[in-house]
Amino acid sequence: MALEAEEVEKIAHLARLGIDHDDIPEYARNLSDILAFVEHLNGVDTRGVEPLAHPLDAVQRLRPDEVTETDERELFQQNAPLTEAGLYLVPKVIE
Amino acid sequence: MHHKSLVELGAGLRQGEYSSEELTRSCLDRVAVLDPPLNSIITLTGEQALQAARDADARIRSGNAGPLTGIPYAHKDIFCTKGVRTSCGSRMLDNFIAPYDATVTRQLNAAGAVMIGKTNMDEFAMGSSNETSFYGPVSNPWDSETVPGGSSGGSAAAVAARLVPVSTGTDTGGSIRQPAALCGITGLKPTYGRVSRYGMIAFASSLDQAGPFARTAVDAALMLGAMAGFDPRDSTSVERAVDDYTGGLGDSLEGLKIGLPKEFFGEGLDGTVAVAVEAALGEYRKLGAVITEISLPNSQLAVPTYYVVAPAECSSNLSRFDGVRFGYRATDPADLEDLYKRSRGEGFGAEVKRRIMIGTYALSAGYYDAYYLKAQQARRLIREDFMRAFEQVDVIMGPTSPSVAFRLGEKSNDPVTMYLSDIYTIAVNLAGLPGMSIPAGFAADMPVGLQLIGNYFEEARLLNAAHRYQQVTDWHERIPPGYE
Repeated sequence: MALEAEEVEKIAHLARLGIDHDDIPEYARNLSDILAFVEHLNGVDTRGVEPLAHPLDAVQRLRPDEVTETDERELFQQNAPLTEAGLYLVPKVIE
Repeated sequence: MHHKSLVELGAGLRQGEYSSEELTRSCLDRVAVLDPPLNSIITLTGEQALQAARDADARIRSGNAGPLTGIPYAHKDIFCTKGVRTSCGSRMLDNFIAPYDATVTRQLNAAGAVMIGKTNMDEFAMGSSNETSFYGPVSNPWDSETVPGGSSGGSAAAVAARLVPVSTGTDTGGSIRQPAALCGITGLKPTYGRVSRYGMIAFASSLDQAGPFARTAVDAALMLGAMAGFDPRDSTSVERAVDDYTGGLGDSLEGLKIGLPKEFFGEGLDGTVAVAVEAALGEYRKLGAVITEISLPNSQLAVPTYYVVAPAECSSNLSRFDGVRFGYRATDPADLEDLYKRSRGEGFGAEVKRRIMIGTYALSAGYYDAYYLKAQQARRLIREDFMRAFEQVDVIMGPTSPSVAFRLGEKSNDPVTMYLSDIYTIAVNLAGLPGMSIPAGFAADMPVGLQLIGNYFEEARLLNAAHRYQQVTDWHERIPPGYE
């Protein structure tokens, strides 16, 4: 399936990815090539085949609902671009 | 000292022939001279390494040394290392100082291994040539104009160039085996779930698996022994005791049933690579193995299946990079959406963006069944092929890569051609099986890898098959010119 420029823009928006306008034709071409390649799967008869999500068919392990982690906010926030009083700062969302 | 294997170095350390501090200094000196043109290391951790080496020396003197104590290693920059930048080859994490250790890091530290630095890699492990790294490409030590493979290109090049005896890698679609093949060294991808993924930056969570690079199977066995194990902090870690990976090394291969998938020897395989692989199989016949042709009829589905499953998981995993809590943040955002979009747009490179978009598309409303569900069904067919094959044979063998190392830039503008360089390795990840690549000769003066694929948790069997071959061949001892 060939993607048009506006579809690339829509996908980039869904993924919250800023793409330079000039790069869109090349993304459209590359993504279309990749989709055309994966569409080889369309010819495969998969009726009745159970989807495989985990190679060992394992199930989610559960653990007791107990606090095991200590508070390391200060350490973790050393990697944050912008914080104040232990809070992460972002541009104003509500006027 | 750089010619010695991990086993030989460990013996020398314990016998007091040299200290870990001397050994570590010698590695750091070699990196300083030889790595600038190779570019295999992103972050050198010399001071920390020397401190760890002195600690290891104390441990050796006290008689508590294990096989890895005092051994220098290079660590793929995908594993979190507390207090050390962990970039994952991306601008997004160029400023990220990991606040904790990955389980693999912790276990190698506990074994007394000495990390000398973090190795270059394709950005977020997405690539087969190491060319997508924010820190620039890595050269193949055998020919500086060619790629080392990827995504663990720096780790493979560092071992091939004898900068370190061993290193770590991760393998989502071939990222340990393919660079091992292209650089002429030994690499092992364990069974999915054998090695903890905790603290290993996620690309495709149902496929990612960590493993070692080494020059010999014996050294790889010792590394795997230290890396493997159940980890309650990784929900997909398998609760199963770790096998003894060295005990069976040297066992006879008499009667070992080896299957050759006919699909691995058809169109697309370089003729000179095929000749080297055939010669390697001849050695296995001499060792008493029985070789039969088998079929993996759904092989041609592996790469297309992978390029739905892996991007889908990547688009989900990489949504955490939002410019808010850690990582790259664009300057002067107009609003929150602009902050997200520009931080991600500027922080990620082109291949990562392509895969995020493919994954986003495949998972979006109206397309989920056609792409993701279909790929998961194809994935089961691929796994069933292997299960049928392992009813007939003990080990599957074939080429690791369809060609020797290709030239820098040769495939970087054509994603689909690049993806096909993993045509023989990807199915193994989709099925979650263990696989290895070992040096098996040369084609046009460049190394050729032989791939060994085992049934679930049969790493010990693969390691023995690799070791027996290395006892009767010397391909793994060849050193790239200029690195003697």
